[in-house]
Amino acid sequence: MSHPVSHPLRGRCVIAGIGATAFGKLPGRSTVSLNVEACRAALADAGIAKDVVDAVLVKTPTSAREILYGQKLAEALGLQPRLNHALDQGGAANITLISQAVMAIEAGQCEVALVCYADNPRSGSRAVYARPRGEDAVLGWFSTAAGYAMIQRRFMLEHGVPEETFGQVAITCRAHGAANPRAQLRKPLTLEDYLAGPLMIEPMRRDDACLVSDGGAAVVVMSARRAKELGVPAPVPILGFGQGHTAWEVAQRADLTTTEAAKAAAAAFAMAGLGPRDIQVAQLYDCFTVTPLMTLADYGFCKPAQLAGFVGEGRIGLGGDLPINTAGGLLSETGMPGLQLVHEAVRQLRGTATLQVPAPRNALVSNQGGTMHTHATLILGH
Amino acid sequence: MDLPLPEIDDGNRPYWEGLAGGVLRFQRCRACGHAWLPARDACPNCLAAEAVWEDAAGEGRVVSWVVYHKAYHEAFQDRLPYTVAIIALAEGPRLIAGLDAPDQALRLDMPVRLRPRKAFGMTLPAFVPAEAAS
Repeated sequence: MSHPVSHPLRGRCVIAGIGATAFGKLPGRSTVSLNVEACRAALADAGIAKDVVDAVLVKTPTSAREILYGQKLAEALGLQPRLNHALDQGGAANITLISQAVMAIEAGQCEVALVCYADNPRSGSRAVYARPRGEDAVLGWFSTAAGYAMIQRRFMLEHGVPEETFGQVAITCRAHGAANPRAQLRKPLTLEDYLAGPLMIEPMRRDDACLVSDGGAAVVVMSARRAKELGVPAPVPILGFGQGHTAWEVAQRADLTTTEAAKAAAAAFAMAGLGPRDIQVAQLYDCFTVTPLMTLADYGFCKPAQLAGFVGEGRIGLGGDLPINTAGGLLSETGMPGLQLVHEAVRQLRGTATLQVPAPRNALVSNQGGTMHTHATLILGH
Repeated sequence: MDLPLPEIDDGNRPYWEGLAGGVLRFQRCRACGHAWLPARDACPNCLAAEAVWEDAAGEGRVVSWVVYHKAYHEAFQDRLPYTVAIIALAEGPRLIAGLDAPDQALRLDMPVRLRPRKAFGMTLPAFVPAEAAS
């Protein structure tokens, strides 16, 4: 179901390089230090010197906020960029910043952008994830997980999605992560293990929740023309992107079981001139297992009531028609909120993934943040 | 860390004073009629700053609920497991509230009735199944 009309930004810019730190526990490292390491690696991967970089766009560290963070990072990188800011949008910020880089490049506001993220909640403080939720904390309403558990309950009962389907998402991501030598959690999971896992905030079990990780990741964005001029070895074209923001706190939403992810995907598919059937591999934000399940439905891969079959038939595993999170995702590779998913999409299209899908043409990435408050979609392809 | 209690100010005082008297109050916009919680100065529908407080009838339905098996604060350690719900009031506003019922009895959209709960020196919004309340 390809769409014939070509968007002017389709394929104009590329991901020229990717780089990351190790994932897991990295004590004694500041978020700025981790960002610099990731940027150094991304520049080396793109085969370019830092002097050509004229935009530094960073997602704010979730666990440790600082004012003027973008400028602190640019200072550590020894740059005085034309564009420089930190964005607070939760996990959607990575793709949003990549799309901002593309729009700025096309508008002549910059030429080469570093987009990056780093955090150290595993060695530092993970208090943000267990936080009291405003005035409702007096009722025991605490933690990031609880909001997702509310959505999971309604989604399970409204659409008849059994707990085994949630387990199969975790099992799939953990199986893919087990093959990834860089993954933080490489122990495979069985359905028996999943169902025996303790309930944390019912109906959510231990293995529904992603990892807490230290680490950093970066990508270099530039125009396809500039990449050619600079001799970038393996550029991957950016075909489409979009955003949609649900915004309301979970209790205030008229509908708990859909989000504005559908709008984000529709914009990305329209820009790319593609539809769900044109995607051969997807990296779906998996902070909790309910998130990729709802994303599959919101993006139009199947109806919510069909998810048990879609997932149960192995379609999201390697060898299925839509393998997801082929490096393990947030559930297995690293709990870093989202940029590692862009990296894996780039590796799949370069043909350098550990669990390589045979010659994919188009790869899709979803990023989201808050309690499904924010959403951004990215489509890469040849 | 002490349990963070709601900070009561001019904006939300009618809500907490209402609960202390056994009544759940919400705000309604005099300009457009929209009703909401929690307290805010401007109507999130039409942005007019003409809110008045109304008493809810105390009837609602369960949008969703979770059961905590882990205490994220020591104040809840001896209350485990406990239930937190999203309740949609008959008048429209939605809120986070306690839900006092056995988990097996709960289902989506089941009717519930207000039964405020005293805890931590305050009166908190909580509900029970409607049939149990009569």
